[in-house]
Amino acid sequence: MSLSPDEASRFAHLLSSKAEPLAARWAELVAAGLRGRLSSAELRRQTSELQRAFQQAFDAGATDLTSEAAAELRAQLDELSTNRARQGFTATETAISVYAFKEATLEILGSVDDATTLRDYVAFSGFVDRAALFTFDSYVRVRESLIADQAEQLLELSTPVVKLWEGVVAVPLVGTLDSARAQVVMERLLQTLVDTGSPYAIIDITGVPAVDTQVAQHILKTVVAARLMGADCIISGIRPQIAQTIVALGIEFGDIATKASLADALRYVISQNKRAGR
Amino acid sequence: MNDESQRLPVDTDRDVVRVRQLVRTVAVAVKLSLVDQTKIVTAASELARNTLVYGGGGEVEVTRVHNERRAGIRIVFADQGPGIVDLDLALTDGYTTGGGLGLGLSGARRLVDEFDIDTEAGKGTTITIVKWCR
Repeated sequence: MSLSPDEASRFAHLLSSKAEPLAARWAELVAAGLRGRLSSAELRRQTSELQRAFQQAFDAGATDLTSEAAAELRAQLDELSTNRARQGFTATETAISVYAFKEATLEILGSVDDATTLRDYVAFSGFVDRAALFTFDSYVRVRESLIADQAEQLLELSTPVVKLWEGVVAVPLVGTLDSARAQVVMERLLQTLVDTGSPYAIIDITGVPAVDTQVAQHILKTVVAARLMGADCIISGIRPQIAQTIVALGIEFGDIATKASLADALRYVISQNKRAGR
Repeated sequence: MNDESQRLPVDTDRDVVRVRQLVRTVAVAVKLSLVDQTKIVTAASELARNTLVYGGGGEVEVTRVHNERRAGIRIVFADQGPGIVDLDLALTDGYTTGGGLGLGLSGARRLVDEFDIDTEAGKGTTITIVKWCR
């Protein structure tokens, strides 16, 4: 249901004539919902801006939120939900910031006793509902992009290559090793081997919950790549249940050294070093 | 008597991870040993990835099952993909058409207690596996 142009202009008039008390009451209502997490001055500024945007939209003859005349209002709503989402407010708290406008308007209207005003109010209420839904949509979109960003960051964070000893670097793998992460791990490891000139690399899989053929293949490829660069790889952190699963699956690690713990792997590398007289 | 089963779609790599997590949760709930948990999770991971890569996506159903003596977990992987033309060849260690190690299907069979495969060229593939508590 959209507003008629008459209704829009009547509301533009109402909003401009009662601008001050309306914005104030609206801010109060929002503040009650947010329980003091935003200052009243801040809220007051937001509601005033929003109210002006509503008023301009109605003035320009916006009968629907999607119409051209409401572009500025949509931008304002979008900004509101972006800020709320980033500040960690819930979707409900964000939508209420818009819904409260209806309550404030009704209070300002006073007692609704004639049919025209009532019809007007219902139309207006429908418009605000759509505005709130729009806010909700933007909120979800912002949260989704935040989550995507975090997943990206996690990908980066969870694959450090650390120097363990003179000439020994280690990659402690944690969590699920999918193709994207395996690629990041391989690149990091090979780059670190070049940067440090290390002859040994330890790949620790203590934190990998399940080693299936795909994980094994990624590890094998990484080992082969490291060997091509002249570095020896040791796989450590093979727990008993993982060992049995690897055997049952039929995965062969060939002549790649494998150890139960990172400590064993380091000890092995140091003894190899001594033997080589390094 | 069977408990209610849980279904998951398999359409992306993330879904494979979800399948793995669900299977692990159920495996813990039926009190599989740590080794058997790892085995069933790994088998599920292989088969779910096959459903995704070769079957073009599908669905996984995880159910807690009981017989007279013991509890277990049953997982069904179903896709509407091209099916497996030569099943014996597909179950041969080291045979692959997708550039993997060629151990997923044959290895998964070795990891579980019951393995049933129903496939027809052009009609899709349904694989049912069961792991019982020892």
